[in-house]
Amino acid sequence: MAVVAGRTSATGVRGAPNILLRLWRNKDTRSVILQVLTMALLFAFLAYIINNAVLNLAVLGKTFSFDFLGFPASYDINQRLIEYTSQSTHFRAMLVGILNTALVAFFGIITATIVGFLFGIIRLSNNWIASHIVYCIIEFTRNVPVLLHILLIHGIIVHVLPSPRQAHTLADSIFLSNRGLTIPDPIFGEGFSYTVIAFFVAVGIIVTFYRWARKARDERGKIYPVFWISVGILFGLPFLVFLLSGSPLGWEVPTLGRFNLKGGITMIPEFLALWLALSLYTSVFIAEIVRAGILAISKGQWEASQAVGLQRNRILQLVIIPQALRVIIPPLTSQYLNLTKNSSLAIAIGYMDIVATIGGISMMQTGKEMESMILVLSIYLCFSLVISAFMNWYNQRIKLVER
Amino acid sequence: MRIIISLVAAFFMASAANAGTLEDVKARGVLNCIVNTGLPGFSYTDKSGRWKGFDADMCRSLAAAVVGDGEKVKFIPATGKTRFTLLNSKEGDVIFRNTTWTFVRDVDVKLTFLPTTYYDGQGFIIRKSKGVKSAKELDGATVCIQTGTTTELNLADYFRANKISYKPVPIESNEEARKNYLADRCDTYTTDASGLAATRATFDKPDDHLILPEIISKEPLGPVVRHGDDQWADIVRWTVYALIAAEEDGITAANVDKMAMDKSNPNVSRMLGSEGNLGGMLGLDKAWAKRAIKAQGNYAEIFERNVGLKTPVGLARGLNALYTNGGLQYSPPFR
Repeated sequence: MAVVAGRTSATGVRGAPNILLRLWRNKDTRSVILQVLTMALLFAFLAYIINNAVLNLAVLGKTFSFDFLGFPASYDINQRLIEYTSQSTHFRAMLVGILNTALVAFFGIITATIVGFLFGIIRLSNNWIASHIVYCIIEFTRNVPVLLHILLIHGIIVHVLPSPRQAHTLADSIFLSNRGLTIPDPIFGEGFSYTVIAFFVAVGIIVTFYRWARKARDERGKIYPVFWISVGILFGLPFLVFLLSGSPLGWEVPTLGRFNLKGGITMIPEFLALWLALSLYTSVFIAEIVRAGILAISKGQWEASQAVGLQRNRILQLVIIPQALRVIIPPLTSQYLNLTKNSSLAIAIGYMDIVATIGGISMMQTGKEMESMILVLSIYLCFSLVISAFMNWYNQRIKLVER
Repeated sequence: MRIIISLVAAFFMASAANAGTLEDVKARGVLNCIVNTGLPGFSYTDKSGRWKGFDADMCRSLAAAVVGDGEKVKFIPATGKTRFTLLNSKEGDVIFRNTTWTFVRDVDVKLTFLPTTYYDGQGFIIRKSKGVKSAKELDGATVCIQTGTTTELNLADYFRANKISYKPVPIESNEEARKNYLADRCDTYTTDASGLAATRATFDKPDDHLILPEIISKEPLGPVVRHGDDQWADIVRWTVYALIAAEEDGITAANVDKMAMDKSNPNVSRMLGSEGNLGGMLGLDKAWAKRAIKAQGNYAEIFERNVGLKTPVGLARGLNALYTNGGLQYSPPFR
């Protein structure tokens, strides 16, 4: 080794600059050199940041550990989908936060999609008034920051709606006040399981019927009203079983306690405000995406479909929408991700999501800033990756089969 | 590669050393003081945008002692949740923000708590029209709390101990909590009793609201600095004691110059720097305490001007009277 090194250094005094220069001038090796340099710089930067964090923690005398997740949280949470008390652990508090984020994201995405598709289609309609009203709604909503929408809706609920004693009520069972929307809580009696079984049976029947109707269409050209028959089976069968088994379902109707409505299920104003604001804000972007998707299909497709004698709704269903979805799905995924991430604005109105629980109170009470923030970042990353994975799978499925 | 990393490490080792807050403040010429975003009587901005209040004045006294001018303060407003992060990331040099001294914060969050400037306890405010006379009747009530504070934990403990239920509404700042309480989003608002009195003073009809008799916790509020800089902690500690000692010895903003000349009381002479060099031991000059007192007055003057009985907040001295008057405020000797 030493001999080799000595020889190269003896001859390389003159040769070395030339070799480097030659390597640099060669297109392939240059790109390798640049990539190596880039990676080196990237790692140096990462090392610098991690080192900085480690040193500063050491200087403050802090340790890096996730042990605190096992300690009692000692605070209460107003909206919890799982059992939780102030004696539960910080980990449990984090789970409550994750579920609260998931809840608002789930309902937000569904509402935003339905409203967005409606808006998008109305925007394209020939009805001048309808189309322009929606145009105004879209322009107003998407040009105001989402945080303001959240604060506005929360403000309206809290300041405009009456207190629980004077709550707006529907049939004395649904109440709307500045403490939220309270609805009766269903109590499932004995025998309700038959209805649940009937529901799944109905789903099975629908799938079989759908396959059969499709076959009938392909073989005999006979078209059945699949949609309406399916809806009929889906609701009719479980309802029939429900009646036959003696209506085993009761309702716990909310009553007025000393301070609040007691019993029932309450959607707190913070949830309502966040859900409505996120849905509205995201739906107008979805409306524009839907409009773009439909307009992207060339007029020739409409004309060709009409030429073979298809009705308007069949054209939409069979020709336009399948092609438009190709354009709609990828940007739609981004909107779903945005909605989920925007839900972190919950902190502004005190909705107990991930940021407010583990990234807020737990972090504050334990002083574990670094650990908590790493957890919050990872959880949002997981949420986003799950949504992306699902949407990518769906996109793959509806992709046009190209020949 | 390894050389680069160790160079970077060495650089950070040097700059991250925790001592030297005093040098930083002196070099900057300005004290960065973390205060509440808005709590009437304690720290708030008046119409002209000037920071006022008990905590804000304490910042000015400290600035006078350290950089020589009580106006050389940069106020950094912080919520209950951001205050410690701001301190630990060196955005601020000291917290004067009605912060409760607790075991976990002191030991595990690595903060150094200094003498308590205000002994407080947590209470509840409620509309008289709700007909509640005791906190024990609050079963099923909706309660507004400032999130990230000790009050949040005390509240959970109190309701658990009394086996009654409640619905918490966590809120970021006192101002937001006030709005939600007035809109009847919550039946009652809970925070330190001093904060309740201060908040009630801003209501249109303060008499319609009742502060319930129960005080459910101990809330010793005082300044906080980072762990590990003992010199800086000593400076803040003894500046606060100087204000208390000044009240004990009858030194006020008006007579501090005269008292410094008069050498009849050795205690006063030592503190005000006309005898010995206590300031030098802190890394300051001889006249540090004189400037601190002259800037905003002694403890009693600061208290009465901002939150005392003659102000809208209207707090009695109570536990915060001098030990000679049955309170807890007491300064160790200056010698």
